[in-house]
Amino acid sequence: MKNTAIEVKFIAIGVSAGGFEVLNTLVTQLPADFSLPIAIVQHRSADSSGYLAEHLDISAKIKVKDVFDKEPISPGIVYLAPPDYHLLIERGFFFSLSRDDKVNFSRPSIDVLFESAADIYRQACLAIILTGKNHDGAMGLAKIVATGGTAIVQNPGSAQASEMPIAAIKKVPTASVYTLSQITAYLITLNKNQKK
Amino acid sequence: MELTEIAEIEIDTLLDAIRRRYDYDFSNYARSSLKRRINGLLIKEKLDMPYQLIPRILYDEEVFNRFLSELSVTVTELYREPEFFLNLVESIFPVLNTYPYFKIWHAGCATGEEAYSLAVLLKEAGLLSRAKIYATDYNNKSIDIAKQGIYSAENIKAGNKGYLKAGGKHSFSDYYTDHHGAIKFDDELKNSITFAYHNLVKDGVFGEMNLIICRNVFIYFDTELQNYVLNLFNESAISKGFLCLGNKETIRFSILKDKFDTLSEGNSIYRKKD
Repeated sequence: MKNTAIEVKFIAIGVSAGGFEVLNTLVTQLPADFSLPIAIVQHRSADSSGYLAEHLDISAKIKVKDVFDKEPISPGIVYLAPPDYHLLIERGFFFSLSRDDKVNFSRPSIDVLFESAADIYRQACLAIILTGKNHDGAMGLAKIVATGGTAIVQNPGSAQASEMPIAAIKKVPTASVYTLSQITAYLITLNKNQKK
Repeated sequence: MELTEIAEIEIDTLLDAIRRRYDYDFSNYARSSLKRRINGLLIKEKLDMPYQLIPRILYDEEVFNRFLSELSVTVTELYREPEFFLNLVESIFPVLNTYPYFKIWHAGCATGEEAYSLAVLLKEAGLLSRAKIYATDYNNKSIDIAKQGIYSAENIKAGNKGYLKAGGKHSFSDYYTDHHGAIKFDDELKNSITFAYHNLVKDGVFGEMNLIICRNVFIYFDTELQNYVLNLFNESAISKGFLCLGNKETIRFSILKDKFDTLSEGNSIYRKKD
């Protein structure tokens, strides 16, 4: 696997169709001492409730929550973009939300999160594209790599919906392509290496 | 110096030019979404870099107006987030009912959909005749649209659904008439709302408000500006007055959080302490 020598300070994940299952698998396997912040854009309908965060929070060993505007980014918490808001990172390391136009027919949009995360965290940003049926996140992933960050894409063959991983790989051919269990293992290793 | 840092200088310089030329201060707007909006305008104006906007905005007021529209036009709908309106009807209307006369300030009303949504519910509760509603925005174009009270019939189905979810007791169609394929709210509703220009960044207190509604405006401000505006709201509200923010906006991270009690965390409804 790619070296984890560069210090990662922030993990951004984009996921669409099939997301509930992969997030359930991925997030629940993270250890209680996971010390990096994770922000997730999961495409969901504007009027969906806070169920996803509540469910994951109960199942996971670490805290999972929907983001409030201007919430400071704390280590070891999984933050979900709330339905019908774009999620962005601000200077000073806190979140902001926006109700701007949809991007790639999506609000929240993965591109919006990734592009602002790249701006703020630069080479310390790790971005992951998981299962999905559209092209959101590909542009954002390219920006993550352009600013020196790390890109991982779920193996399209192992993803429930392959379009989004395929689009991301096409845009960022240098991205590491892993199965979900490899991604989980990568994150756990990353967490261990952080502590040294 | 890295290119992105230079781009920050460009944006600072652009904002400084706008502040000095047009007296609009965007320097305390949440930077990341501001940058996205500036990029959106660059694409529309067929420009590549923020600095290229500076001479255009300085010498052509129309370009500035487009900039303002790009920054201020927010997506708004009738009864967006109906559970908030239901909460308003159930928890706040009974308190308003104890006053012989009361004032509501809807700050950042954009094109007015939420103000009309509110007026309809006040009418159903028998409170409209005792209410004075001020709805303000810093975009005069939006205020002109709001003053007309005419909206596309396209979204009326969603509006009707929201109206019912918000606890609407009659038929939403009782409150508007067809207007050349669009809908026009009744004069009684229209006349109950005073639409006016007000810029939260620089304009002063609106006095003695029983209820202040400002939803999904704070998300565009940085914490410093949020604190400033929250103070403005605190000074504008009567003792025990209500403050409603957007569902994902909170006063929890503000230095003024102790000035208010939280009535609903989920719908961000607060009440000013004595």
